[in-house]
Amino acid sequence: MSGNSETTTTAPATTPAKAGGVNAVEGPFTRFLRATEIDARLLGMIGALILIWTGFHLYGEIVNGIGFFLTPRNLWNLSVQTSSIGIMATGMVLVIVTRHIDLSVGSMLGFCAMVMAITQVWILPEYLGLGHPLIWIIAIVVGIVTGAIIGAFHGWLIAYRGIPAFIVTLGGLLAWRGMAFLLARGETISPVDSTFALLGGGPYGAIGSFWSWVIGVVCCIGIVVVILTGRKQRQRFEFPLRPVWAEWMLGVVGCGLILGFVMLVNSYPWPVGIVRQYAAANNITVPEDGLFISHGFAIPVLIMIAVGIFMTFLTTRTRFGRYVFAIGGNPEAAELAGINTRWVTLKIFALMGALVGLSAVVASARLNSATNNLGTLDELYVIAAAVIGGTSLSGGVGTIYGAILGALVMQSLQTGMVLIGFDAAIQQVVVGSVLVAAVWLDTIYRKRAN
Amino acid sequence: MATATAPKAPAADRGTPLVELRDMSIAFGGIKAVDHANVDLYPGEVMGLLGHNGAGKSTLIKILSGAYKRDTGSIIINGEEVTIANPRDAKKHGIETIYQTLALADNVDAAANLYLGRELLTSWGTLDDVAMEASARKVMGRLNPNFRRFKEPVKLLSGGQRQSVAIARAILFNARILVMDEPTAALGPQETSQVGELIQQLKQDGIGIFLIEHDIHNVFELCDRVCVMKNGQVVGTANVSDVSKDEVLGMIIAGKCPPGATPGLGAANL
Repeated sequence: MSGNSETTTTAPATTPAKAGGVNAVEGPFTRFLRATEIDARLLGMIGALILIWTGFHLYGEIVNGIGFFLTPRNLWNLSVQTSSIGIMATGMVLVIVTRHIDLSVGSMLGFCAMVMAITQVWILPEYLGLGHPLIWIIAIVVGIVTGAIIGAFHGWLIAYRGIPAFIVTLGGLLAWRGMAFLLARGETISPVDSTFALLGGGPYGAIGSFWSWVIGVVCCIGIVVVILTGRKQRQRFEFPLRPVWAEWMLGVVGCGLILGFVMLVNSYPWPVGIVRQYAAANNITVPEDGLFISHGFAIPVLIMIAVGIFMTFLTTRTRFGRYVFAIGGNPEAAELAGINTRWVTLKIFALMGALVGLSAVVASARLNSATNNLGTLDELYVIAAAVIGGTSLSGGVGTIYGAILGALVMQSLQTGMVLIGFDAAIQQVVVGSVLVAAVWLDTIYRKRAN
Repeated sequence: MATATAPKAPAADRGTPLVELRDMSIAFGGIKAVDHANVDLYPGEVMGLLGHNGAGKSTLIKILSGAYKRDTGSIIINGEEVTIANPRDAKKHGIETIYQTLALADNVDAAANLYLGRELLTSWGTLDDVAMEASARKVMGRLNPNFRRFKEPVKLLSGGQRQSVAIARAILFNARILVMDEPTAALGPQETSQVGELIQQLKQDGIGIFLIEHDIHNVFELCDRVCVMKNGQVVGTANVSDVSKDEVLGMIIAGKCPPGATPGLGAANL
């Protein structure tokens, strides 16, 4: 790329004042990134993802004779498996951006799941009767509020009592796992409320092809609206605009990805057994060659996407988000600028806790039970997802979409290794090495960028 | 609302001072960083705070801007005693500060820094980035017409550009009292003279300015009065017209208070 750039500088120099700010010498790739305002790191992650996916698929095809990775079934399952970690990773971004850490999310998840299971299996049926339609809603609220309260308590210890986050949440890692055990004396509580269980995915926990198309189209309209209003806003103040081709490209690629995802989840049919069960229950006769019923988006995936959109909005469009990043960039300056940094810190941990509660909903619903060791080691996967997604441990830098992509990368690695038959020990070695390698690459990238 | 003690200001009667710092003390461990200091400031006046490194100038003004909590003393603004417990309180009283370290959030852009803590919001309650950028372009255009890097995090800017962001932030919100801790430290000659013009302009608007500055020539050019500190104590306060540069240097180095100045606690007994 740098070879090309030399030829472009032969153009007559513009006024020196103009050249002062922006580098006049840049290759076509840099120009492309600048025009579309796409982060180079995002492209890198997508590249890594494509590499991992095709790599596992081809390995399966060559070594085992059949590749399982790039099938609708696997990718659909992959999306479901990513949800729980992905939801928590969006909160971990804020925690790490403000130079803190939360090691307690896995244990908190176990505790929240246990609280919800007790609420919906032991307590509420006594008062409302088994299968009452309010049970699942109350259980979810209880889980999220429990998480938020625990998180706020951690945040209070960190912000107002000056205990390092590492210590507070390390204590939490042990304490909440122990509390989860104490709550139910180590029992596994199962099954959960049947509506609640839908939030974990599965054939019934997916929304079907029609609603998947509806959501896909709505998201596409959303992208177009965002691009158009952004452009109009900048026109209003006569700021420099993105080139029209870049706007088109962003719109087309964005909508293409969404619609492609819809087609993918719709091409994964219900298993034959479930179809027969469903047909029998609804008095439908199954034709000879089988009935094709699409899964569509799984509910936990929709929850993760909604959380991702909400958190992106929170970090980029609200005061709270601005303060989070300002504190991460320079805590002292943020305080001097009049930001109540302690209160913001407390809110960050409370939000992290609420997301853990939501993630506990997905995890326990997927398992249809709450076990004492639910969420064990999740803290490491969550932190790894955020860090692989470009969140800097030295603070101030990180994105929500990066963390979700990071979670997807982690999960892809694990799923892929399971599919090609690596055993658990090798999986741990690989995941650990990838984490270290990803941070190493990121360090190099940052040094270059400065 | 303590009854006023004998007036200390040597200046002609100019009504109530904008700010009075009375009997300010603060200690860190055993070290008295500021020791019973008295300073005042009138509207439309530039008060130079001088002294060696470690004399207590920055600490004194950090009490005024709410970054430090004083041990004793009172802050009186327009004749009324006020409580300043944190930077938010100071801003409420119209006190804006340009810190020596600039106190910028390095990872966000210029507009975000200008409005940090006081963001403009849309009617939906979300950040109005476009409006903030528009007004940032306006105010930066006044201070530093060559500035164009509005999209980049401020850590990528040059020292002078960062300094102009910090200055712009202080003047954006109609301050009544401006505290400048070495505002020209990172600036070239041209930008320094721009800051000088800006100070003149702000004076005419009736803003009072505390200026910490090491360059004695700049002090005599920009300030109306000077207050020299040594070891946390005030050596003396003087109109710049009543003292010579050598006398001021004598105050800074030896703590010797010349006849043209009103002596403070720290004046050496010779």
